[in-house]
Amino acid sequence: MTDVLRPHAEDLYAEELAVLAKSDDRPRPPGWRLSPWAVTTYILGDGDQITPKYIGPRRVVEVAVATLATDRALLLLGVPGTAKTWLSEHLAAAVSGDSTLLVQGTAGTAEEAVRYGWNYARLLAEGPSREALTPSPVMRAMADGGIARVEELTRMPSDVQDALITVLSEKTLPIPELNDEVQARRGFNVIATANDRDRGVNELSSALRRRFNTVVLPVPATVEEEIDIVSRRVEQLGRSLALPEIPAGLEEIRRVVTVFRELRSGVTEDGRTKVKSPSGTLSTAEAISVLTSGVALAAHFGDGVLRPADVAGGIRGAVVQDPVSDQVVWREYLETVVRERDGWNDFYRACRDAG
Amino acid sequence: MPAEPALLGVRHHGPGSARAVRAELARLRPDIVLIEGPPEADPLVALAGDPAMEPPVALLAHVPGEPAKSAFWPFARFSPEWQAIRHALGAGVPVRFCDLPAAAMFATAGTEEAEDTDDTAPADPIGSLAAAAGYDDPERWWEDMVEHRAGATPFEVIAEAMAAVRDGHAPGPREALREAHMRRAVRRARKDGFERIAVVCGAWHVPALAAPITAKADDATLRGLPKAKVEITWVPWTYGRLATFSGYGAGVTSPGWYDHLFAAPDRPVERWLAGAAGVLREEGLAVSSAHVIESVRLAEGLAVLRGRPLAGLGEVTEAARAVLCEGDDLPVELIQRRMVVGERLGAVPDDTPMVPLQRHLREEQRRLKLKPEALDRDLDLDLRKPLDLGRSVLLHRLRLLGVPWGTARESRGKGTFRESWTLVWRPEFDVELIEASAWGTTVGAAAAAKARDLMTREGVTLADLTETLEACLLADLGEALPYALDALAQRAALDPDVTHLMAAVPATARALRYGDVRGTPAEGLGKVAGSMLARIRAGLSPALTGLDDPAAKEMIGHLDAVHAATGLLPEAERDAWLAALHGVAGRGDLHGRIDGRLTRMLLDAGSFDGEETARRMALATSAGHSPARVASWVEGFLAGGGLLLVHDAQLLRLVDRWLSGLSGTAFVDVLPLLRRTFATFDAPERRAIGERVRNVGRAGAGGRDEAALEIDEELAAGAVATVLAILGRSG
Repeated sequence: MTDVLRPHAEDLYAEELAVLAKSDDRPRPPGWRLSPWAVTTYILGDGDQITPKYIGPRRVVEVAVATLATDRALLLLGVPGTAKTWLSEHLAAAVSGDSTLLVQGTAGTAEEAVRYGWNYARLLAEGPSREALTPSPVMRAMADGGIARVEELTRMPSDVQDALITVLSEKTLPIPELNDEVQARRGFNVIATANDRDRGVNELSSALRRRFNTVVLPVPATVEEEIDIVSRRVEQLGRSLALPEIPAGLEEIRRVVTVFRELRSGVTEDGRTKVKSPSGTLSTAEAISVLTSGVALAAHFGDGVLRPADVAGGIRGAVVQDPVSDQVVWREYLETVVRERDGWNDFYRACRDAG
Repeated sequence: MPAEPALLGVRHHGPGSARAVRAELARLRPDIVLIEGPPEADPLVALAGDPAMEPPVALLAHVPGEPAKSAFWPFARFSPEWQAIRHALGAGVPVRFCDLPAAAMFATAGTEEAEDTDDTAPADPIGSLAAAAGYDDPERWWEDMVEHRAGATPFEVIAEAMAAVRDGHAPGPREALREAHMRRAVRRARKDGFERIAVVCGAWHVPALAAPITAKADDATLRGLPKAKVEITWVPWTYGRLATFSGYGAGVTSPGWYDHLFAAPDRPVERWLAGAAGVLREEGLAVSSAHVIESVRLAEGLAVLRGRPLAGLGEVTEAARAVLCEGDDLPVELIQRRMVVGERLGAVPDDTPMVPLQRHLREEQRRLKLKPEALDRDLDLDLRKPLDLGRSVLLHRLRLLGVPWGTARESRGKGTFRESWTLVWRPEFDVELIEASAWGTTVGAAAAAKARDLMTREGVTLADLTETLEACLLADLGEALPYALDALAQRAALDPDVTHLMAAVPATARALRYGDVRGTPAEGLGKVAGSMLARIRAGLSPALTGLDDPAAKEMIGHLDAVHAATGLLPEAERDAWLAALHGVAGRGDLHGRIDGRLTRMLLDAGSFDGEETARRMALATSAGHSPARVASWVEGFLAGGGLLLVHDAQLLRLVDRWLSGLSGTAFVDVLPLLRRTFATFDAPERRAIGERVRNVGRAGAGGRDEAALEIDEELAAGAVATVLAILGRSG
């Protein structure tokens, strides 16, 4: 194991990718490392050697892979924490073997991040030339026939977003300064992610929008599915953070997931009690981080077993984002739902002690 | 020796099966076609060839007089049974239905849902086979596995598969009966000299029909089959019902898609997605041809990824979602509703057997230019036009008969001559019509008879009576009116409960007014209303005695309703009513809330002037009363929301004067009670009241308030005359 905190998908799962590439005898689209079927298997797992990376509806992954295979750009939409980035990383790793060609969209992302910049020292010394050019990840992906990832597309200013239009429709990036261009090689594509919950973002122009196929990633449909996702990720994260092995009690995971789901949907799992929803999104990703920190607490300060007290603080922190209104929501939930529930007594006490 | 009959096992409502049946029949050229269905329908088959017959339609079998016992056999144009009928009619060969007679089904089932009790046979065996093979769409499976298998006809393949599925299956009692009957029908056809017999039945039954079972054994099974009198006819059907209802055992969830598969000459995916783009454009969503191109590519890509030779419904839906709808679920639902299910309403020719009532309704529909449609349609009527009045009358009559073809909507414009409806025709209305045909042969006569029956029923309340009376007036049932008035007068005389009378008054007053608008003669109605009011006035005082909180609240509702209704009646009635109120108001033992409300009514009506009201207010809120009573008095007095206080300067001044006249301690005592009332007002209303109060004080000091109220009658005369003319009270 390397000392990198978080290895790239293609490194972490290099073995699985190799196994798939070896047994994959179906036709591969030009520029692809694997056939679309193998990519789907890599993402969803085969129940044997290949572990599932994305747990969710099969159709979502199929539509995403088919989109890339038909040479269309893919836009993954969803509320925060629905594994958009995760899925885009693994898709890029499986399709082109390289998930590092990444543009992070922020309000300050400049056009250079999508097109190209200049190495000014060389520019001044040698004048405009290809050597003085600093290519963006998108440009590199075009030149190599790989997948470029654009994170949080809607956070970019609109004019930067629109720089993608030519890239996606003409598959070429003109460099007027050199009277030159970079033409995309086969295998080039773009996977963008965006979140449809936030306000104050820059909506995509319809010209750009229609160059993407849109796939909306849903929140986990059932409690069992979500528990499955959470326990898998908690285990993986624990391993990569080199935490001491702790059996992350299924009981605690179930509790955290149940609390998150109930507060998110505003109604208890049995459909009988209405609860208020806090301002945070309470995504699956947050449930995972609550549990991971719980495991760390239990390992370093506790008795080595994940106890309610280890997750109580984390849950409270995730739920109470707004110190006034969310605090009320959380209290109410504790007193009306958690307290009444059979076998949740220790959890209730731990949460009350946590504030 | 005639050849073995050809057994065509089909998937009910499967377009693949339908196409295969059509091709197979053209190849076999049978001299008789036997179809799974009720034999009672044999004489009706010829109607299916009528050009005016337009699927989806259904065979409706019912036991006369027992409307609960009815069953449907729906046919769409992609139903194999329908294609078999059309083929036979085209080729001029006889068609016979070979299933168990509907009569026997009703008798054996004994329950209303004749089809659902179908015992052991799976509803959709081909669907189950497809599901077992990993297909979510049975039609895909049919195409991949059955039609693309070379060498054998699809029906041999199906027979083979079903024989394997049914191996070791023992049919339940009903299934055994049905299959015995089918075998018997085949034998009879053979005896009648037919040589090339084709049987179109559910795939599940094929092995049973091929089994070597003797005529004797079948006769033993079928012995003593119960009989019932059954009438059968064709009725129009909708795709929506096809999706939810399972008449043939197999309900289909995507009739629109099947219809498309069956009807599209080529390139089904391209046509479908182009159609979907059309639907979205109609709704104002920008969808370009580039979108359609990309969605077709994605659908095909998905099909390849899923290992299917051609994109199916699942693929085109995903493609439409990802490309055409840009991930949004709402437009996907729109496509689902408009295209996948599809709202198509069939039609039957005029010479279909119908009860006279249905026939009359068809004539009326034609006369009034109202076509039954399966999708919601809004209709705005102007009752001053004869055509619209006729439509309104027809809709009201149908409502009385329990056929809610139209539901009344909130009318957009003001005015009593406007009526707004939402029309949607549902296939089950035909059943209701058949049921209602016991009442008469025309819509009007049947509605009148039904209304008369409603009014003479045991336990009918006065309010029911007046409601029916109102409905009769709306439906222009002049012949039922005398009965209605009679019944009303009698009930009113006998009913000891004043509240019942009070509940009946508003509808009667409205009815009087409708009579005016629609030109319905309603003589006698005014008299009845007058006598009812007289009884109410007599019984009012005792009725107000000893009421608790909930009863008082209910009583106030009645008082308000009657009070409003008297406004529609002649002046004399109103004066008498106000006098009666005057008589009760101020009685010491009244419930506070009622007393408050009465005071307010009389103030609004002008019976009390400001001085008198102020006196009563002071009296009612003085220390001698318990705080609870004071509170409820104030609540009753101020009921009707804070807006009134904002706009009624006189009322506001009264309240203001009373409050500012209270001593310090008395004010503190009253304050919580006031809060109780004011807390029910909205915050903006409270703020507006506060602003008004400030202005009242200021204006009062300057004396401008009084001036503002002064009216220049000369100046207003012209406007007043016009308003009076509009109200019809000129001269």
